[in-house]
Amino acid sequence: MEYDFIVAGGGLVGSAIAYGLARQKHRVAVLDGGDRSFRASRGNFGLVWVQGKGADFAPYAQWTGLAAGLWPRFVEELETETGVVIDYQRSGGMHFCLNGAEWDERVQEMEKVRQHTNGSFTYEMLNHAQLKKQIPQISRAVVGASYSPLDGHVNPLYLLQALQQGMDYHKVHYFPGQSIDRIETQQGGFLVHSTQGTLSAEKIVICAGLDNRRLGEMLGMDIPVIVDRGQIMITERMQPFLNLPTLHVRQTAEGTVQIGYSHEDAGLDDGTSPSVLKTLAGRAVSMFPLLARVNLVRAWGALRVMTPDHNPIYQQSASCPGAFAVTCHSGVTLAAMHAGPVAGWIAGSSELDLVNQFSTDRFNVSPA
Amino acid sequence: MFRLLEDSATDTVTVRIEDREYDVPAGISVAAAVLLCAVNKLRNTPVSGSPRLPYCMMGICFDCLVSIDGVPNRQACQVEVAQNMTIEYQQGAAELQQRE
Repeated sequence: MEYDFIVAGGGLVGSAIAYGLARQKHRVAVLDGGDRSFRASRGNFGLVWVQGKGADFAPYAQWTGLAAGLWPRFVEELETETGVVIDYQRSGGMHFCLNGAEWDERVQEMEKVRQHTNGSFTYEMLNHAQLKKQIPQISRAVVGASYSPLDGHVNPLYLLQALQQGMDYHKVHYFPGQSIDRIETQQGGFLVHSTQGTLSAEKIVICAGLDNRRLGEMLGMDIPVIVDRGQIMITERMQPFLNLPTLHVRQTAEGTVQIGYSHEDAGLDDGTSPSVLKTLAGRAVSMFPLLARVNLVRAWGALRVMTPDHNPIYQQSASCPGAFAVTCHSGVTLAAMHAGPVAGWIAGSSELDLVNQFSTDRFNVSPA
Repeated sequence: MFRLLEDSATDTVTVRIEDREYDVPAGISVAAAVLLCAVNKLRNTPVSGSPRLPYCMMGICFDCLVSIDGVPNRQACQVEVAQNMTIEYQQGAAELQQRE
């Protein structure tokens, strides 16, 4: 076998796992898609986000908490090895509530996450007066916010660049512009037939986003993938006014303001639509009236990779041992987890009991 | 470095660029006026602070951002000069102004 691992997919998920495997001195090849592939990794918002995640699935709350805790060390190592500064800040994060019902729902979610993590998830609910002290520009329309000191943000494009340079630093063989036609199971490994030709490896990890359903079938795995389009708008660069990220609005290190957090089923159309952009802009202005006169310079759509219950999937194939699938929509937040413990689990070099909670078995429970 | 085409309009307007007044042809863009008046800088970038002048002249590069009549971050190549217009250099990112 030419490689220990072939990683199918070179977005944030595949890159983090390949980087993690290569740091453990494995021989790794990455087969990445082309510029026309759907690239959630190049369109996302850049949150390293904890609050609210896993409210309805305790393992995900714990998993996210672990990931966020690994971030500071992960950034330090990645920036040292690559020299790429990725603008990571663990500043804490906020989610705004625009009315009493939203506030009540938020309190319940946050409390569930706290209980799921035995209190390691910490948060505060801030009423309008408390919020106004921290963010003087907040609108009177915002009744309050949930705040967690565990949240943060990063420049997601620099993160992807750093992971790619990190792969190079650890001698990963990277093949761009690949489409995988066929995967063959062989004694002691896998043969992967792609645009490039044929590569062989002892193990294979599929991290191909929306293509994981198709690739999973080749490896005896049923990976349910759901498309969820998000749209983002970018303003001109402004002086800093918001020093922590929120789910809807965040100001980048360079000064642009990102406005997002839409969800829609638009099939495989990763474009933008005026109606959704109008809603996003309206909501942002209702939170921050000072944004009303700001110019927008860009907008785009990107397709989130979702699962039926919105929680990640980590699966080893029962019929093709050595074949793994990773499917998630939080490629940024979970990058530290993927480069560390998940790479160790895939390599068989470390135990990771919690990962078993994320197999696709949870979708196959027959209703009572 | 730049000069007017021979068949340019003869009507002029007076604009103020920083602390000096200039007579420039009516109908041209602020960016063209700045280049015509041989001003050597329009702004400093928010990230590295390096000086900038207009570049693409067609609305896509955003290198010509400038403050016009007190409104920051305007694209000089997309705004026509007007009588008594005030054009001021932009230093870094614009300040957000509370309007609630």
